[in-house]
Amino acid sequence: MIFLQLFWEFFKTGLFAVGGGLATLPFLYDMGERTGWFTAHQVADMLAVSESTPGPIGINMAVYTGYTSAGPLGSLCALVGIVTPSIIVIVIVAAFLKAFRNNHYVEGAFYGIRPASTGLIAAAGLTVAIGALLKTELWSGWERFWTVLDWKALALAAVIFAVSKKWKKLHPVFLILIGAVAGAVFRFAGA
Amino acid sequence: MKIYWELFSTFFRMGAITFGGGYAMLPILQREVVDGKGWCTNEELTDYFAIGQCTPGIIAVNTATFIGYKIKGVWGALVATYGLVAPSFIVIGVIAALLQNFASYALVQNAFAGIRVAVTVLILNAVVKLLKSSVVDKLTACLFAAVALASFFLDLSPVLFVLIAGALGVAAKVLWKGAAKK
Repeated sequence: MIFLQLFWEFFKTGLFAVGGGLATLPFLYDMGERTGWFTAHQVADMLAVSESTPGPIGINMAVYTGYTSAGPLGSLCALVGIVTPSIIVIVIVAAFLKAFRNNHYVEGAFYGIRPASTGLIAAAGLTVAIGALLKTELWSGWERFWTVLDWKALALAAVIFAVSKKWKKLHPVFLILIGAVAGAVFRFAGA
Repeated sequence: MKIYWELFSTFFRMGAITFGGGYAMLPILQREVVDGKGWCTNEELTDYFAIGQCTPGIIAVNTATFIGYKIKGVWGALVATYGLVAPSFIVIGVIAALLQNFASYALVQNAFAGIRVAVTVLILNAVVKLLKSSVVDKLTACLFAAVALASFFLDLSPVLFVLIAGALGVAAKVLWKGAAKK
């Protein structure tokens, strides 16, 4: 029963992804690997679409993933799954607002969870980077490691990075647009 | 009944016009909810954001749930939250349907290969920003490095890392408090 499974997978994501936005990313990789609903490449594409459309990124990712896996009803199950933990947790916290804010244990738990969450996102980012910047199928051993480097992609990454540092307020959608145009013009997928 | 509709439509509007969620939503929330509707004060809003950031789930969703709960209890929380996420459901549904039809075109495949490069840069920038707020001392630096490496090389669920890191954080705080007393 894929709908129930989608709800449950996204319920777990909503419950354990702390820190918003990209925090859902490592959970999606894990989910794709275990269920086979989507590939690592597709997760990167979904992230691009989620960043370029209105609405919170995590929500957009859930709706998109749900749709890709099981159509409109799938996206509804994923959506309800990811917001339900928030609603439960916040309603409880709202009732004990003052006690929660100054609680030593809560503070301690998040002191540990925040760097871990950043670490998870970094690892997921590395997976995206390998897929985007390397041609792993050309791997022929360490003595010729440079054969896997995708020079076109690395050059584009350098350009986009420079642009993002020069204009810090620039909306991510413009960086994605640069990537899309360069990819189409220089035939990045070789298609 | 009118208040539920107001909650739903206000948060629906916010979901439709904010890109990126999180802090991108703060100025719009201030204008709509604090200045416009008077549903909460600026201080309360800052508190909600701070708590939203250190509770599970998506920050924008948590904030909507908070405000909805304050105005009309559990039903208010549900109405505000689903108002916020409804535009995503519609917009992304349409895009996902379109992309599935065009995914096999060479132009789309090439464009997405380029987009993945841009996404790599976006994630890198986000991680650098997160590092500044989450890695505050040696212990958090070790935790970050250990989780990043272990999660990349081992096939373990992210849930496990979150649980262990939370337990370690509590242990560290409790031990330090004990040490400070002596």
